[in-house]
Parts: sequence; C-alpha cells; structure tokens
Amino acid sequence: MFHRESGVFKTSYAADMALYPLPIAKWAVAAFAGLFIVGVPLTLGEYYVSILDLILIAVVGALGLNILVGYTGQISIGHGAFMSVGAYTAANLVIHLNAPFWVTIPAGGLMAALIGAIVGIPSLRIKGIYLAIATLAAQLIIEWTINHVPAISGGVQASIQVPRPSFLGVQLKTQTQLYLFLMAFAVLAIVGTSNLVRSRIGRAFIAVRDQDIAAEIIGISTFRYKLLAFAISSFYAGVTGVLYTYYLGIANYEQFQITVSIDYLAMIIIGGLGSILGSILGAAFVTLLPIVTRWFLESFGGLIFSPADLANIIPNLRLILFGGLIIFFLVVEPEGLNRLWRNIRNYFRVWPFSY
Amino acid sequence: MNKLSRISAAAALATALNFAGHASAQQKEIVIGAQCDRTGPTQIVGVVICPAQSDYFNLINSKGGLSDFTLRYNELDNEYKVPPAVEEYERQKGEGAVSMMIYGTPQTQALNQRLEADRIPGTSPGFGISAAADGMRFHYLFPIAATYWSQGAAAVKFVKDKLGGDLHGKKLAYVYYDNPAGHEPLPILEDLQKTEGFDLRTFAVPPPGVEMGAQVLDITQRYRPDFVIVHLFGRSPSVAIKEFKRAGFPLSKVAGLVWASAEADILAAGGWQVAEGYHTLQFAGAGDDYPVRQEIKAMYKSQGKEPPKEMDDTVVYNRGLLNAALHAEAVRHALEATGGKKPSGEDVKKGFEQIHDFTLGGLVPPLKVTAEDHEGGGWVKIFQVKGGKFVAETDWFRAYPEVVAAAVKKAE
Repeated sequence: MFHRESGVFKTSYAADMALYPLPIAKWAVAAFAGLFIVGVPLTLGEYYVSILDLILIAVVGALGLNILVGYTGQISIGHGAFMSVGAYTAANLVIHLNAPFWVTIPAGGLMAALIGAIVGIPSLRIKGIYLAIATLAAQLIIEWTINHVPAISGGVQASIQVPRPSFLGVQLKTQTQLYLFLMAFAVLAIVGTSNLVRSRIGRAFIAVRDQDIAAEIIGISTFRYKLLAFAISSFYAGVTGVLYTYYLGIANYEQFQITVSIDYLAMIIIGGLGSILGSILGAAFVTLLPIVTRWFLESFGGLIFSPADLANIIPNLRLILFGGLIIFFLVVEPEGLNRLWRNIRNYFRVWPFSY
Repeated sequence: MNKLSRISAAAALATALNFAGHASAQQKEIVIGAQCDRTGPTQIVGVVICPAQSDYFNLINSKGGLSDFTLRYNELDNEYKVPPAVEEYERQKGEGAVSMMIYGTPQTQALNQRLEADRIPGTSPGFGISAAADGMRFHYLFPIAATYWSQGAAAVKFVKDKLGGDLHGKKLAYVYYDNPAGHEPLPILEDLQKTEGFDLRTFAVPPPGVEMGAQVLDITQRYRPDFVIVHLFGRSPSVAIKEFKRAGFPLSKVAGLVWASAEADILAAGGWQVAEGYHTLQFAGAGDDYPVRQEIKAMYKSQGKEPPKEMDDTVVYNRGLLNAALHAEAVRHALEATGGKKPSGEDVKKGFEQIHDFTLGGLVPPLKVTAEDHEGGGWVKIFQVKGGKFVAETDWFRAYPEVVAAAVKKAE
C-alpha cells in the first residue's frame, strides 16, 4: 500500500500477485488496522465517529460501483436503486421473520445481485452512454415499484422501521459499536475486492473493459463476465443498502434516489476508476467535503458577512465550493485521488534526487 | 506545496477558532438544533422558513431570553439528503442541543430512532410520520401541527361544508405528488369515502410535478368533479393552479393542502388574479395581522434595519414562527419544571407535552399537546385567495378526529 521496492525484482507469478510485496507492507497494514479498529473508537468523539460511519458505508458502495465501472468498464446509474433493493429485502426479513444481520446482509446482497444481473442484460448489446440510460431506466423502475407495491414497501409511507442489529445478544446502539460493526463489513469488502481483482475473474473483467471483442477472441465469455460484474457490483450495493438500513434504523426509498447513484459515481471518478484505494479516498472525499467546507465557512465567513447573511450564504457557497473543488481535483489529476497519491509517492521515492 | 501548506495552516486556525467560539459561549445558553434547507429541492420553503425561525429566537433573546438563558439557534442545511441530516444531528447533539427541528419526511424517519435513544425531542410540523401523533409509541417525535392525515380529513370536512353538508353522490378528485408524502392522506380519504359516500378518483403527478396538463384535462373534461383536493410540493402547486385556470375550472372548487398553499405558489402561478378563489389549508395563521410579526418588525427597526423581505411570504414565514415559538414555549415549560436550571432533552420533551392554549395572538392554533397526543389536536384553518390576499374562511377546526385516531392506532 505505501511501500515499494526500488526496482523490479520479482521472479515468479506468485510474487507478482502477492498482496504484500514487501514485509513492511504487512506491518503498515497492521498498523493501519490497529489505528482504525482500536485507536479511532477510543479517542474520537461520537460526532466524528458518526462521520466515519457514513464514510464506511460509502466505501462499501463505492467499491461495488468501481468493480462494475472501473474494472469492467460498464456504466451504471442504477447503483442507488440496487441499494434500495438490499435495504427493503433486509427490512422485510427483519420485520416478518425477525432475521439477524448475518442473514439479512447476505440476503439483501443476493437479492440485489439477482436484480442487478437482470438489469445488466442490456449490457450485452449496448455500451457506454446507451447502457447508462438503460440502467437509469432500471433506477426509475425500481423506485416506482418500491413506491407503489405495499408488499415491498410496507405501506403508504414506503418506509419500514428496523431495530438496530444485535451481536452476541448485545444490541449495537452507540456510534462506536456501529462503527465496529460497519468496519467489519468495510474490511470484508476491501479484502474481497482486492482478492477479486487479482483473480481470474478480475483479470477477465479488466480484459472486457479494455477491449471486449479481443477478450472474447481469447476465450473470455463476455456474456458471463458482464453479468457477473453487474451481479457482484449489485451485491455490494445491496449490502450497502442493508448497512444504511441498520445504521439509520429505517428503510426508506427516498434515501436511494437517483442523486445517490450520481454521488457514488462522483466518488469513484474523483477517487480513481479501477482502484481500491481510489474508492476509499473517493468515498471519504465526497462525504467529508461538504462538512469541511461548511466548517471552513463557519470559521471564516464571520469575518466578512453578518450572521443573518452568513446563514444564507453558507449552504449556497458550500454547494459552489463543492462543485468547484471537484472540478479542481479532476483538472489537477483526471485519474483521481488515487493517481494523485501515487504521484506524490513516486515523487518522494526518489526525493531529493529527482533527476 | 507552499500553497497547500498555507491552506492547511488556515484550516487549522479556523478549526481552533471554531472550538474557541463554542467553548466561550456555553454557560448560559440553550441550544436548539435546526435543520433547514436553503438549498436543495425544498429550498423554496427553506429560504423563508429558516430566517423566520432565526428571527423568532432573536426576538426572544432581545427581550432577555428565557429566565436569563439565551437560546442559541443552530441551523444546518441538509440539502434534503439523509446522510448529511444524520451527520448534522450528531453534531448538534454534541453541542448540547435540547430539542431538534427536523426538516423533511425521510430525515424525520431516519432520525426518529436517534431521538428516542438520545432522549431529545424533535418536531416535524406539517410533514414526517402521521402515526407519530401517538406519543405513546413515538415518545420523542412531535408532529406538533396537523399531520397529512388530519389535513386530509379537514379537507374532506371543508368540502362537505362547501357542498351543502352532504357528500353522498358527490365527486371528489385528489391530485397528489407521487411520493410517500403524497400517498399519505390516501387511507384517510378512502375511509371517509366509505362513511360519507362520495365518489373519489385519485390522480398521481409524477415528480418533479411541473407537467400535469394531462391530469388536469382528465379531471376537468372527463371526470368533472364537484371539488378537487390538491396535495403537491415545490413548484408543482403553481403549475396546478395555472393548469386549472387554463382549463376553465373554477379555482373556488380547488383546495390545496398545506404545502400547496403559500404566497410563492400563487405568485408563480401568475399572480393573485389568476388564483382568485383558491382555498388553502394552513396549520399556522397566514397574513400579517399578528402581534408577533409586528414585534419582529419593531426589533428590526430598533436595529436600524428594514424588516426582511422573507416576511412578505407570510404563510411560510409564519410556519417558521410557529415552529420556533413552540420550541421556545417547550423550553420555557422545561425551565419552570427545573426551577431555572439548564433543562435536559427529557425536560424539554415534557415541556412540549404541556403546551396548551399558546396561540401567539392567533398565529398558532389552540393546540393541546399531551403525552398521548403529540399532534396537539390536528387543527387547521382555511384561507381563500380573495382580492390579492388570503382571507380566512373558517376558524381553527379539526375534522373526523375518530377516523384519524383509528388510522393512528392501526399504523403499527
């Protein structure tokens, strides 16, 4: 993750595929895990942990979308809808069967994967912008269905209250407990994705992305792998939806509207397409940016504006800054935050002897 | 790198200032957390309601606060999105907010469990969960104004009075925004349809609701109802008024529920002449003739400023006043109970449950909030567009409380 050898010394395929190219990388990962799993909940206040909770949920969703868009090259604007599929599946299981989270989370994911694979069928014939519109249609169809079928949505309000998950008989109530709960799934998602993209399936995805006709000629079934990409991506989305449901205590379709799909696309584009670290950075960036800009404006705005004006200016300026910063980062590095991080790292690798 | 480090130094300074600012002023103040959208899809309401709330708390503070506590109104914008709403709630909780003004139906649903766990009361006037009128099940959530169910029942009662006291064989059309909030009055209308014997047809307007020519033609040319109830949000109420006018349907046979009833809707539809006759349901009094509004104007005058232009949108502005005033009133009750000590969220919750006959010169309905009834009765008042302003047509009234209560009970 942070360390690289000074040259290419690999002599076997196994070494090339290794998750930890150097022993120190293993220690770096362990240190990071310790920091986030033990250090953060012990030191940070509840408010900051709650922000991290939102980031963790977004990380799972962004990873899922990156598998589809970044690794397989299929555009989807229906990610929010797949989340709602997972959310409502889990909510119905909880209220009708009193199912625990270790049932609802995979069930929500699998249901979303099934719907996602169906939505992915047009990807066999159409590509790019046309596929985007097809998935957009799926988003609208799923929204409409949930809104109008009481058997799914649980009534006119289209929302189902869900109690917080219990682990070993303890109901997870505080932000810190939920943080650890969400962290477990975020770690699973990160490990799962990093192993997926190193596997035969992941390489097939990349082949399909780079040139699907060529991939087909060398014996990759594009039919199978495109649908698989949709299914896996939707599985992540479904799990994200279930995590949201548990975190908020309610499944509500208005939380998964098209703006959410766009937000997730923004995350992976800003973070970096086809990269795991990029998904994490993008999720954190998009979640934190509005909070940080507001903070900044609250602190400095008072120097320029009166309080009454400030109340009006902060939310509007925040939107402008949000948009402006996204454009700024994309112009500075179109390949996203992941590439930016790699550039910085490469710069310091030879520093101070850069020539 | 240089530029970056300068920016980060500035950010660090800002953070430090921010903390210092909060720490210094915490002694004798009570924090009211408010979410309010000056941006996002509901900003048409937010840009008026947020300043109104702020003005009311300023008014209270300018009069010396509540038993030497000042009220700090902490307003954050959630852009009508749920994750920011959660983040902001946690932040306001961290700053010690004793009551929360929630904004938006999905946000209300998402925050309900947190309110319960943190024992902080929250209000959702005119939106949110209708079943939350039941204080025995939703302990910390206060709709505080007529819920969609009470609004639907009141609209039917009003139509019944307008049509001569009998709805048998009469045709009613219900035009609604096709989202959960739009669906919400449906069960009440269907229940009343059975007991009152009217004919009901529903017409959904898909979001964003700026195109409803087909529905209006269907209503005016084919169905030809005796009365139309519209339940729309955002820009769509003005479109409805315009389309009914264009179709030649008399607007005196159209009544809008609370979010289809503001001055902005009338003006966007083409002005007061266009909307002449249109009926509007209100949960806070419309118009300028309330002492509290004069006091706010006087407050601005004494600071040498003009009253803000938001005050011209009396419907929405007065709703902001109502919400803020009820929070202040709940805090006042809480302070009475604690004997002047800083109240907790629990105290303020009990304070809300003591609100009774607090009318603010007619702006607030004769609410009676109790531990069982968090809606305070479900009062509405109907105003008609007449000669360039809203004219009161009825007094505060509530309709079919038994039908609404049955629905509240049935919602598990």
